[in-house]
Amino acid sequence: MATPTISAPRSGGINYNRNKRSGSSFEMIAWLFMRLSGVVLVVLIFGHLFVNLMAGDGIHAIDFGFVAGKWASPFWQVWDLLMLWLAMLHGTNGVRTIINDYAERNATRMTLKTVLYIATVVIVVLGTLVIFTFDPCPAGAVTDLPSFCPAK
Amino acid sequence: MPTKPAGTLYRGREGMWSWVGHRVTGVVIFFFLLVHVLDTSLVRVSPEAYTSVIGAYKNPIMGLGEAGLVAAIVFHAFNGLRIILVDFWKSGPKYQRQLLWGVLGLWVITMVPFLIRHLSIVFSAIPGGH
Repeated sequence: MATPTISAPRSGGINYNRNKRSGSSFEMIAWLFMRLSGVVLVVLIFGHLFVNLMAGDGIHAIDFGFVAGKWASPFWQVWDLLMLWLAMLHGTNGVRTIINDYAERNATRMTLKTVLYIATVVIVVLGTLVIFTFDPCPAGAVTDLPSFCPAK
Repeated sequence: MPTKPAGTLYRGREGMWSWVGHRVTGVVIFFFLLVHVLDTSLVRVSPEAYTSVIGAYKNPIMGLGEAGLVAAIVFHAFNGLRIILVDFWKSGPKYQRQLLWGVLGLWVITMVPFLIRHLSIVFSAIPGGH
């Protein structure tokens, strides 16, 4: 009787049909995005909290002039824009996961996610427009202007 | 008497509670973020609108709320880095429990100086906010 030969595990030959592209890789990309954006957000948000809450007069210093002074610099414009986009996409994907976990009825899940995506688009578009169309010295304004505005 | 099933990486004990904490803090931060973009957008309406709404935040109750928000953010940040280590570091799953104690230790080390600074600013009331 011939001895049956059994090939070593994972030596090939048997097609387990793993790692074949079965559909979309969206969930894997989303998973990776959470980790990559998370690391960047730790730096961006810790910096944001330190400059706005701890440095100088802390929260007492925050008024229109404070924001205008920061956004006069492209550095803080890019910082805040990156923070807005990454935090909103990271948060939206997190809430999407939670909705998928707890909303069992199809219609409930779809409704909640539709509301979520509309809120995300509105907030991201609004925030982006505010950062780029912001006028630090608006005509007619008199109070709380940054010091670099021309004297009225 | 049936014995209680032992905790696993995901059920019970540190693994599960850090997961619960991560979810709860994540949702809190997300809803704050929506409001925070809306209030900041008032700079586009008028300096007065922005400064008056921000002025409404400058009281001890909101100051304590901010402290809670920062506590949530710092936990979510450090626990997020722990999740990355569990996923990508070879020994991460083995040490996930010790990593959580590291997260809580870093949380205390970060929160103590922050609270001293922030609460002393919040409770040293400066009229007019400047």
